[in-house]
Amino acid sequence: MKLIRMLSRGIRDAFKSVFRNFSLSIASVSCISITLVVIAVAIIASWNVNNFTENIKKDVTIIAFIDTKATDLDLEQIDAKLRKIENIESITLKTKEQERDELIKEDPTFEFIKDWDESESPLKDSYLIKVTNLEKIEDTVNKIKKIDLVHSVSYGEKMVAKMLSAFRMVRNVTIAIVIALVLVNVFLIVNTIKLTIFSRKREISIMRLVGSSNFSIKYPFVIEGMVIGMIGSIVPILITVYGYTYLYTYFNGELFSSLIKLIKPQPFIYWVSLIVLGIGMVVGMIGSSRAVRKYLKV
Amino acid sequence: MELISISNVNVRYKNGVNAIHDLSIKIKRGDFVFVIGGSGSGKSTFIKMLYREIKPSSGEIILGGLNVARLRNSKVYKLRRKLGIVFQDYRLLPKLTVYENVAFALECIGAKKAEIRTKTLKAIELVGLKSKTRVYPDQLSGGEQQRVAIARAIVNNPKLLICDEPTGNLDPDMSMEIVKLLESINKTIGTTIIMATHDREIVNKMKKRVIVLKDGYLIKDYEKGKYYDEAD
Repeated sequence: MKLIRMLSRGIRDAFKSVFRNFSLSIASVSCISITLVVIAVAIIASWNVNNFTENIKKDVTIIAFIDTKATDLDLEQIDAKLRKIENIESITLKTKEQERDELIKEDPTFEFIKDWDESESPLKDSYLIKVTNLEKIEDTVNKIKKIDLVHSVSYGEKMVAKMLSAFRMVRNVTIAIVIALVLVNVFLIVNTIKLTIFSRKREISIMRLVGSSNFSIKYPFVIEGMVIGMIGSIVPILITVYGYTYLYTYFNGELFSSLIKLIKPQPFIYWVSLIVLGIGMVVGMIGSSRAVRKYLKV
Repeated sequence: MELISISNVNVRYKNGVNAIHDLSIKIKRGDFVFVIGGSGSGKSTFIKMLYREIKPSSGEIILGGLNVARLRNSKVYKLRRKLGIVFQDYRLLPKLTVYENVAFALECIGAKKAEIRTKTLKAIELVGLKSKTRVYPDQLSGGEQQRVAIARAIVNNPKLLICDEPTGNLDPDMSMEIVKLLESINKTIGTTIIMATHDREIVNKMKKRVIVLKDGYLIKDYEKGKYYDEAD
């Protein structure tokens, strides 16, 4: 009972003191808001970059050319063998006839190849293969090469390797930026809340004198930090929700070219808002708890 | 019966200064004791040691069954709940009313609402500020503010009331009033009172037990009524 009484008093006091120390609360809230806006923008940007790289990864296709000697029965066997290899997402057979028709469709000057007979034609049947994990593509290609009657395999080796390392770098850099921003945020908030708590040093010392336990002193401040974090995340959330939706419609869902597609606002903006709210609350709590510890001699 | 038993206590600060030398003293329940001495006598260190703001370097302090010298920082609140502390600068919260300031002590330890109300009003009445419960500290005189601080200190019925120069900021008349109030608390409720002061006039008039400290040593311990001016 006593604990419930003290907990509810802590929550009540936390809300009370946010308004009682209004000017300092406003300082903390605006500090949190500004940094959270930057964090929200960084999250949205990095998420979109990741989404873009994932889309490109999905487009990477391995083409396995089959020897011209292969019969229909052989093709069936190759198909079965391919399906047994791990990391393969989908397999599509493209016959030489389909290949030929496509060529002619692309450029009518190729009309003459229609007259080639089987022995003359350089075209081969091929399998278009997509992989689940692009990082393991080399390994998968090696396995495909070992299958009988597979003439050659092509997947733009050099380009894929370069692209993979570039994407890895982009991902690491964006994650590092978000983490760095969160740390800067914690640092700023700890210092702003320290100011708030410094002005209440007297209150804390009196609480200690009249016999408050460290927990019951710290707890209302931690809740207060959480409330400040919550209030501070309102503006960044509004900017995320309305700003991103506006940008998405303004750019028509694409950035510069149809290659770079933006993530659809829903449910994306809600996830980002939740993350921003979470960061605001946790950072507010950590900030307060670190700041108040100084006066507790624990 | 003893409330406080101090044996062979030494306090040595980090800068090498010895503030208290081999102090041994016993204080009975219900006693009213003055602690006097000039600047640097160890008076403040002695008082701070009692409410465990300072930890002695060696020796033992037993207060109401608790070994204060060995109390961990996180358990200090257990001791403080048995004490009332009054300071020269009152230490009231300016944004709270008289009632709220006194009730604050009980709220901090999680008392029930009804209990807070009755005990707070009783304490405020005892210090004679019944008509000023809704007033803020800055609207009160120094003496009245000290009364509020005393009310806050006694609201939880402590066994011991520690007063660190409570009359330091007050004029002689007001000072005497405060000491009389402390005496009446001592007599009516039976609270043990230890008061550090440098006001010899008050000490002379009150005829209580007097402990004299000088350079960190206990140089005299006068029994009730035996102290006379300029004794040290």
